Amino acid sequence: MEIVLALVIGGLFAGGVYMLLRRNLVKLLVGLILLGHGANLLIFLMGRLIPGRPPLVPVNATQPVGLFADPLPQALVLTAIVIGFGLQAFALVLARRLYQSAHTDDLDQLRTTET
Amino acid sequence: MNIFVLLPILIPLITTIGVLLARQRPRLRRNLSLGGAGLLLIVAIELLVLVWRDGIQVIQVGEWAAPFGITLVADLFSAMMVLLAAVMGLGVIIYSQATAEQRAEHFGYSALLHFILMGVNGAFLTGDMFNLYVWFELLLIASFVLLVLGGRRDQLEGTFKYVAINLFGSILFLVAVGILYGVAGTLNMADLADQLNSLPSGLVTTLAMLFLVAFGIKAGAFPLFFWLPASYHTAPAALLALFAGLMTKVGVYALVRVFTLFFTQDTGYTHTLILIIAGFTMVTGVLGAVAQTEFRKLLSFHIISQIGYLLMGLGLFSTAALGGAVYFMVHVILAKSALFLVGGIIYKLRGTYNLKQLGGLSILYPGLALLFLIPALSLAGIPPLSGFWAKFALVQAGLAAEQYVIVAVSLGVSLLTLFSMTKIWAEVFWKDQPGKETPVQAVSFIPHQAGVSMLVPVGVLAAILVVIGLLAEPLVNLSLLVAGQLLNPADYIETVLGGVL
Repeated sequence: MEIVLALVIGGLFAGGVYMLLRRNLVKLLVGLILLGHGANLLIFLMGRLIPGRPPLVPVNATQPVGLFADPLPQALVLTAIVIGFGLQAFALVLARRLYQSAHTDDLDQLRTTET
Repeated sequence: MNIFVLLPILIPLITTIGVLLARQRPRLRRNLSLGGAGLLLIVAIELLVLVWRDGIQVIQVGEWAAPFGITLVADLFSAMMVLLAAVMGLGVIIYSQATAEQRAEHFGYSALLHFILMGVNGAFLTGDMFNLYVWFELLLIASFVLLVLGGRRDQLEGTFKYVAINLFGSILFLVAVGILYGVAGTLNMADLADQLNSLPSGLVTTLAMLFLVAFGIKAGAFPLFFWLPASYHTAPAALLALFAGLMTKVGVYALVRVFTLFFTQDTGYTHTLILIIAGFTMVTGVLGAVAQTEFRKLLSFHIISQIGYLLMGLGLFSTAALGGAVYFMVHVILAKSALFLVGGIIYKLRGTYNLKQLGGLSILYPGLALLFLIPALSLAGIPPLSGFWAKFALVQAGLAAEQYVIVAVSLGVSLLTLFSMTKIWAEVFWKDQPGKETPVQAVSFIPHQAGVSMLVPVGVLAAILVVIGLLAEPLVNLSLLVAGQLLNPADYIETVLGGVL
């Protein structure tokens, strides 16, 4: 299962980078979103896949016994998803406003602030 | 439990909420904003005094013991950066009283300024890598909104580039944090310093490179700086001063933190690379600046070249060099911001940032010319101003380390900095105003139109620059103390982990 997830992450990164290299405003954002998903999955995978073993502490013990799923990466991923969602939503709105005011979605034509 | 470590984050948060609630009442909002910034400054001074006197201060948030919970740590470096952020915050907020438009204020301009201060202070004080990511994102999203307020086309365009590259940098940061957790099993910085020693150095160096790229984007280091001159100059002057002073320095702070605390296994490789990056950052930044004829763009390129000096201190990796970098940090934050604020006053007087259309201001307003000249000469490194001591310390450290190339580069870049500052001086202040045949008579020492709230912050910043130049010794000693603490992290680790391991 790890292999499959690793391949999925690799695919997401490859796709994301490919989309980033397009000249289109929206495709650039799609690329960033794909990369974000890849990063989230990577953190999830870094916690090791241990299904069916919740990190619960048995009665009269101070820590979970045996093999248990690490809850921390999932907490991290949750935070990262929320932050990523907010930023991506903002970026989408920004791209829309930029398209409305510049009348183009070609990144090569959006160069007025550069020299 | 030390509440002073928490207050620099709490005060801006409460102020943000207060300012948002008082949005419909301008006078109350203004007073709240000023009060919050003033209180933050007092707390920051108190924190620095406390850390200086009693050593490193730690809070384990929620009473979770060190490697498991979120840790907030204030060592001398953090405390100093928090103090600088507070000084800048107060200055910019006072300055903004005169310049902020009603429309921008309606969308929460001052609330966002405080929010940025919260994010910056959080990034300085945290002792946990993932928490650092969260603070970065907080200050980034506030800065996105501030940059785009106004909604002109160039602002939208500049902000889009800023957003895109920073999102990419954040994703890299997140990936690096994920892998770091995967290999070390901890994200607490002090714990990482312990854990990484037992890992193969190739793996650690790979991780170090990921962090170098992620933080390099935020800091505007070569070759990752192109977003900065493309986006910063679209913002109003007060905002630019805050961004120039603080935002990139948070990236440098993060670099210094990780490369002194836990990425120190293979310094021969990583820190030499940082030194090379530093050299290129200085040169490309200053060459970009020389080619510009627009006040804000020129200074934006200068931000980059100054980042090079800070990285040079980190790359040389000795107490003297890091001390020089810390001193440089204080100097450059103040000088850079003062220059942008003067730019804002000139814009208010003349309605343009274009050097070709400006002129004659030194006769009209000698006081304003002086306010520009002090930070400009300081930035170029003219003795006895603060920039001279900062560069002197770095050059001396470079000679001691026998890194002659970087020393030569830094000296050459200083010369070019002086050249571009002279260019601004000659174009804006010295030459006659274009379109006027007869030279104008002096109107007043300082411009009345600019208003007290615009002039006072610039005056205070310039005064601090002169003071830390003429009385450099206490600050140099403090900088060396900071550097010593950074290079001997045993104390930091001991305090954070508190004997857990």
